[in-house]
Amino acid sequence: MGFWVGLATGLYGISFGALGVAAGLDVLQTCALSLLMFTGGSQFAFIGVLGGGGAGLAAWSAASLLGIRNGIYGMQIKQLLRPPTALQPLMAQFTIDESMAVSSAQADQGEKRRGFWAGGLGVYLFWNLATLAGALAGGAMGDVKAWGLDGAAVAAFCGLLWPHLKNQKLIVSAVAAAAITLAVVPFVAPGVPILIAGACSIVVWVLVSTRHWREPDQMVGDL
Amino acid sequence: MNNWAWILVASVTAYATKLAGYLLPRKLLEGKTVTSFAPPLTVGLLAALTITNAFSSGQAILIDARLISFVAAIIALRFKLPFIVVIIVGALAAALGRLLGLPSWYP
Repeated sequence: MGFWVGLATGLYGISFGALGVAAGLDVLQTCALSLLMFTGGSQFAFIGVLGGGGAGLAAWSAASLLGIRNGIYGMQIKQLLRPPTALQPLMAQFTIDESMAVSSAQADQGEKRRGFWAGGLGVYLFWNLATLAGALAGGAMGDVKAWGLDGAAVAAFCGLLWPHLKNQKLIVSAVAAAAITLAVVPFVAPGVPILIAGACSIVVWVLVSTRHWREPDQMVGDL
Repeated sequence: MNNWAWILVASVTAYATKLAGYLLPRKLLEGKTVTSFAPPLTVGLLAALTITNAFSSGQAILIDARLISFVAAIIALRFKLPFIVVIIVGALAAALGRLLGLPSWYP
């Protein structure tokens, strides 16, 4: 699954490359963001602020705010995979939505470990190749929205979430998180709704857990 | 500062944020409460990412062709189609919606 996640994510890496050049960065700078920053949401936010004529400081804070969730993923991966200390600085660079989602959706420990690396390295490879392709194609691609690549990103996140909806309690938590996200998006900076939703999801999960919720505990879907 | 300087500063910040999670002591992370919160936390973060990608533009709620991608992706997942097919369905749905000139709506 990690390979396919990487390939699919590569699809919308093309739009990052094209938008980076459109925002006024050169090809090398656009590629540097994918190689070094390597966290899609933050990268889009960074070039979005620069492209809109914003200052570097504003671009930095937008990107950094969106990246906070990666710190949470780091905690979760450490707890889940118990990696050796020497390996953790390397793993940190590949700790993103996709590697965390693929890893934690697996059943046994070996699969979780393979899921992390396949997801992380697969996305790294295809994301960077696609960024280069998109940056080189640049204006020749026309309006990247016409290609539906933002729709690919939506579908990718649906696909990453799906295998995690293992029981009724988690489905209720997900719906609550989705609702609170829609409610707070207009009022807080981008990135913050995701953190609020994570906290809200835990609260709702605790509430339904304490009320003897009937739980068939079955997978609603599989990839 | 120029673009390069900000790219490097933002990249170092992104890496430090990722690494910070790994630096928390194992004892704290493997407590019973923290461990049991992991599944709802993951679900909450991924649900929020799905929603912001589907229905927002910066700080505004925006309904556009991505709504069709969202619905099409869920249908594809219900039919247990492979991940890559789900992505292609999502891209095609948005592309088709824009080709047909679907309006964008800021509620």
